[in-house]
Amino acid sequence: MTAVPTTPSPARAFSATPGQIALALAIAAFLLVFLVLPVATVIYVAFTEKGTSTFTLVNFYDFVRTELFMRSLWNSFYVSAMSVVWASVLALPLAYLTTRFAFRGAAIVQTLGFLPLIMPPFVGAVAMQLFFGRNGSINLLLDDWVGFKIDFMEGLNGVIFVQSVHYFPFILINLSAALRNIDRAMEEAAQNLGSSGFRLFRRIVFPLALPGYLAGASLVFVKVFDDLATPLLLNVKDMLAPQAYLRVTSIGIADPMGYVISVVLIIASVLAMWLSALALRGRDYATTQRGGGGLARRVMRPHEAVLGYGVVILILALVLAPHLGLLLLSFATIWSFSPLPDAYTVAHYSRVFGESSLYIKNTLIYAALAGGIDVVLGVAIAYLVLRTKLIGREWLDWMASAALAIPGVVLGIGYLRTFYGVTLPDGTPLASLWITIVLALAIRRLPYALRACHAALQQISVSLEEAAENLGATKARTVRRIVVPLMTGGILAGFVTSFATAAVELSATLMLVQSNSDAPLAYGLYVFMQSAAGRGPGAALGVVAVVLVAACTFLSHLIVERSQKAKGMGH
Amino acid sequence: MNANVSLTTPAVSVAIEGVNLSYGDNHVLKDVNLAIEPGEFFAFLGPSGCGKTTLLRLIAGFNRADTGRVAIGGQDISGLPPWKRDVGMVFQSYALWPHMSVRRNVAFGLEERGVKRAEIERRVEAALGLVGLGHLAERRPSQLSGGQQQRVAVARTVAVEPKVLLLDEPLSNLDAKMRVQVRRELRDLQQRLGLTTIFVTHDQEEANTICDRIAVMNDGIVQQVGTPMELYERPANLFVAGFLGTANILNGRVLGSGADRGFEIEGGIKLPIAADVPIPDGARLVFRPQHASLSEAGAKEGDALAIPCVIANREFLGASIRYGARIGTAEVAVDLPFQSGRDLFEIDDAATLALSPRSLLWLSE
Repeated sequence: MTAVPTTPSPARAFSATPGQIALALAIAAFLLVFLVLPVATVIYVAFTEKGTSTFTLVNFYDFVRTELFMRSLWNSFYVSAMSVVWASVLALPLAYLTTRFAFRGAAIVQTLGFLPLIMPPFVGAVAMQLFFGRNGSINLLLDDWVGFKIDFMEGLNGVIFVQSVHYFPFILINLSAALRNIDRAMEEAAQNLGSSGFRLFRRIVFPLALPGYLAGASLVFVKVFDDLATPLLLNVKDMLAPQAYLRVTSIGIADPMGYVISVVLIIASVLAMWLSALALRGRDYATTQRGGGGLARRVMRPHEAVLGYGVVILILALVLAPHLGLLLLSFATIWSFSPLPDAYTVAHYSRVFGESSLYIKNTLIYAALAGGIDVVLGVAIAYLVLRTKLIGREWLDWMASAALAIPGVVLGIGYLRTFYGVTLPDGTPLASLWITIVLALAIRRLPYALRACHAALQQISVSLEEAAENLGATKARTVRRIVVPLMTGGILAGFVTSFATAAVELSATLMLVQSNSDAPLAYGLYVFMQSAAGRGPGAALGVVAVVLVAACTFLSHLIVERSQKAKGMGH
Repeated sequence: MNANVSLTTPAVSVAIEGVNLSYGDNHVLKDVNLAIEPGEFFAFLGPSGCGKTTLLRLIAGFNRADTGRVAIGGQDISGLPPWKRDVGMVFQSYALWPHMSVRRNVAFGLEERGVKRAEIERRVEAALGLVGLGHLAERRPSQLSGGQQQRVAVARTVAVEPKVLLLDEPLSNLDAKMRVQVRRELRDLQQRLGLTTIFVTHDQEEANTICDRIAVMNDGIVQQVGTPMELYERPANLFVAGFLGTANILNGRVLGSGADRGFEIEGGIKLPIAADVPIPDGARLVFRPQHASLSEAGAKEGDALAIPCVIANREFLGASIRYGARIGTAEVAVDLPFQSGRDLFEIDDAATLALSPRSLLWLSE
């Protein structure tokens, strides 16, 4: 990267100081070592003969020939697609009702709609077993009343059920925003030209909201495709992510099949994102214009209102079920073959805060460190991209954002393979140190923090910095005294988002935790949930995780709102 | 532009009768009555918040009146939803659908009306030809300039051959130069189609240059209806006088009667007023800057009223010079034609302001 132009225009000459170049190089090195190298290693191993470095496609041939893998591939695809369908079924009515009608409690619906996101999906899976499982509350009651059971939670259906309830908020959020952003004049112009009712919806409203829907749907697809812990916990092994994990953990890191599956996972991720980007190209209609306002809200007729509120209440009950189930379980002595627990206790909590408090401590340390690394990198990359003319600065942005397309299990495998060979002076492999977990978490969450920092910096007028430079401040001092203080809200929001999501991350950490004393909360939860006896304490730990994430989410919301008000940037 | 098209329908009248409209406690339209003639280019003119856009949207069916009715061609349309009214509206933001090409935008209304494929094609071509954009039919709205978007919005609306054309500040999103060009095009188009057209604007120059008649609105009330010249020469009240062009307003009171009748301007100067000039109660003295002249202090010309004043400021406007002349505590504007070589008044010069009695207006609120 040479950033010094031969004939310096004034803007160029002053926009790339040696410090900025050094910073860019340092970030690039970090991303290369901890993101590009592990992923490249995975791809390299997948394409080479075992034990040698000869290029080969035989591993992929084996993959295609193995019935289990092909079934897993199909299952992963099927589960992801069906999760998108069912998530849409949950999200569409909520989004439509709350944006198109004068709907009492629209704010509550939108807020409750976020609720599933603050619980790791595999935690929800356990709670949902209790309500919807073969011998869960619903089926016991069904059996009592009508004499049959419904297999909500069996096999792939269980994964689909849990994932759609967990991830539908992504569609809800994006679709609601898209519907709200449609200029009212768009609808009125169609009415003025003779269109109304469902035709108007089909021809104008739906196409305009489609980009928002696709953005949410592709996110759901990728998340479900990559998720490792939920199928594992529901004992579904014939999907791709669990297969990759099982190959590496049971057969060993030398077996090439885990890497081949990883490459397939990456390809599927990238493909889904690319398709959604393709669908969105030139279609990101920001149609709201000044004074436009959103779509007109109609008052519902009585029978519409009954139907509307009925649907909303049903969906919200479904959304709240895992949370309620988890809470009950965390206080239950025994809960088996009965609609509700037999008796209640606080023993699980005392155990969690006693001997198992190590999990909580580890989580706080790991997530805080990862969040810290993320915002430092996020601010630096955002600054380099938005405020300098450094050649190749967009590459930093792309590289950091590319982490979104790398499934956690793949990153975990890559870290194991890459850093196991690297040893400290005393002979400990780098991959077995807890700091590796922190680095993996930081890389996984970097895109979120980067977006938050990018948005925060974009809102700051360049003239504020120019004024500081005009009064004699250097670039570095301007950043410290003007840019960073003004970005505080965005930085904090980015930190909290990274922190909260890193705290419940399991896909990558499941691979990297080497001893129980280094394990974070999500790992402990997973271990607890493996056995019937551990479910109580596991649930208590789950409640702690949910409360932690909920508090963080609320905090970040508060911070963003406050800092925007303080700066008079209420729009 | 291809003028050889059949997008014309017989022009109809628009009648607005006894319309009142409130948003909660906010009384937005107050007993509005207007009769717009077939084929007329009519403007709703007023400051923002005066109710002009609300009234336009009422005609389009996007607002409901509390009382009164709207009739088009003698037929009451108050009960019809927007999609059955057959009034074409061009939105301020143009509201072109970004997910459709220009051609599909223009075809939309015809498709909604179930017009046959071949006929749609023909009319889309005609409408685009009318605004000179036939060659851009396959573009997306986002690939057009502001002026082109505006013309697509017009084409989309006239393609359905509406009974009435409604234009909601159609020039406000264009730059100053485009505005002059597009307003001529709009006038030209309206003349060729013979379409009854209602134009909403807050810009008096736009309304004056292209409209046959104007309804000046303020505070939800129609202040005056008339041709641009009528409104300028004979404003009905202080608001209309001040909103159309510059008006000097002098406060004071009428004293005496018969031959002694006079108007005492605040500050003590008394002007003689003929006994037969009707002056409403509480009226103020109003005159245009170009109807006054300035001369040496103490000068007196014919029957003009001579008012002693002091020059307070001077602005060069190109064709004319605008003086600020202080009369007692008030300051009035006087425009004198600019002629090079002629002596100018300097700041603080004493002068005489001459006013022809015929150019005086006596107006109240």
